[in-house]
Amino acid sequence: MATVKLNLKGIHKSFGDIPVLKGIDLSVDEGEMVCLIGSSGSGKSTLLRSINLLEPIDDGEILFNGTDISVPGFNPQPVRQKIGLVFQSFNLFPHMTALENVTLAPRRVFKEPRDTLVPEAEALFAKFGLADRMAHYPDQLSGGQQQRVAIVRALAMKPQIMLFDEVTSALDPELIEEVLDVLRQLRRSGMTMILATHEIGFAKEVADTVCMLDEGKIIEKAPPDILFNNPTKPRTQQFLSSVLNR
Amino acid sequence: MTNRSAARVAYDKKQKTKGLLIATVSTGLVFAALVVLIPKAPGWDKVRSSFFDGDILLSTFPSLLNAFLLDIAIFLWSLPAIAILGLLIALSRDQKSPAMFPLRLLGIVYTDIFRGVPVILTVFLIGFGIPGLGLSRPWNSPYIWGSLALVLTYSAYVSEIIRSGIESVHESQRSAGKSLGLSNRDTMRYIVLPQALRRVVPANMNMLVALQKDVALLSFIGPVEILRQAGVHKSLLANFTPYVGAALIFLMVTVPATRYADYLLAKQHRERS
Repeated sequence: MATVKLNLKGIHKSFGDIPVLKGIDLSVDEGEMVCLIGSSGSGKSTLLRSINLLEPIDDGEILFNGTDISVPGFNPQPVRQKIGLVFQSFNLFPHMTALENVTLAPRRVFKEPRDTLVPEAEALFAKFGLADRMAHYPDQLSGGQQQRVAIVRALAMKPQIMLFDEVTSALDPELIEEVLDVLRQLRRSGMTMILATHEIGFAKEVADTVCMLDEGKIIEKAPPDILFNNPTKPRTQQFLSSVLNR
Repeated sequence: MTNRSAARVAYDKKQKTKGLLIATVSTGLVFAALVVLIPKAPGWDKVRSSFFDGDILLSTFPSLLNAFLLDIAIFLWSLPAIAILGLLIALSRDQKSPAMFPLRLLGIVYTDIFRGVPVILTVFLIGFGIPGLGLSRPWNSPYIWGSLALVLTYSAYVSEIIRSGIESVHESQRSAGKSLGLSNRDTMRYIVLPQALRRVVPANMNMLVALQKDVALLSFIGPVEILRQAGVHKSLLANFTPYVGAALIFLMVTVPATRYADYLLAKQHRERS
């Protein structure tokens, strides 16, 4: 049996009076790839930000390797290093080159010397086809390249799990594929991943488990062939038909 | 080139020539009017001899330039202090933890007070008040306390400018830093501050120009810098021309600096749009 990497129990989160997450339960095994689908505002982003401890949750537990990291007062820094998060809007640091973007956190957090750090980062750039883009600033890169650099930046912290928040939604259609290729590559390497996405075809292809979120709850959870071919909930059917008929 | 685009080019060229012609003629007319009309004013001869005496201007100019070196020196040693203090106050106002509340409060009170009092009053109060405590040399020097008055006032303004820069950096940049496991301190130092400081360069350039002029306020508490030197000449010669000379010297420095600040600002606008 695979070990449980991340276990979410009854996650609740409100912004002011507006409840965004209303009791999320989800268990993610080591090496598993979970895709979150659902319309905008269903709570996918908030869930990912909560797991990364960027948003404190109101109720529930987030067990990471069996430890509850959501207890109030828990030091978020060491955990964030192990949980990588990639944003829809890339959020690269515009005043740094791609290489500096990637090496900043390892340099400051692990205090690694430059001579080990830079080769490691260079290897990651090469692995994802970005070797000739290391000295470029973000505004000199295409959207697809920026997002790949953002993924490399998260990977440089050697995370145990990666969270992707609609990482292709801000990209031109023809740039989406190069980012999806990076995700496929990561998938093959056995990385544990949670991906919020509107790319139904991609989710079908790579996910182990697909969760349909609606109004802050996981209303349906199943392997992709079942969820996409025989959704049981009317809301899921409605969502899928609207996405697929675009 | 098609007929239509050739016509467009010709039309644009004609419009441009026309615009240039109108600007030249109207500028010429305004200047001509000034040159003709001002000397017709009844007191012009007196004003010309007491403000625009060429011989006096030439004879006093070197000593004014010499005195201006002192202005530059005061400016130069105040500058790093203003930059450091302004940055520290801006950072103190960004502290969010309850333990840092006193620091934040101090930052607010500080900026409110020193932005709320006219510079000349701060110069008087600190420049006369502190040496009045009976301090011995060199601690009763107006150079020290006058400079401190400038530092206190200008760091209050600079801290507000830096703070507006910090706030202009999008929250998602902080999120990105934190999500990588960086501490709040490192996120500020490596991610937020470098972007914030770059954005406020033009605004701070304007503060530099203002500071360069306000150094002259120290003339009221003792140092013989350019304004006081001009005053000395004025009294000895019973003529205001040295003040005009001093103004010219200030303009030699402040006009290029202002132009440069405007250039930086325009460049920033272009880059953002």
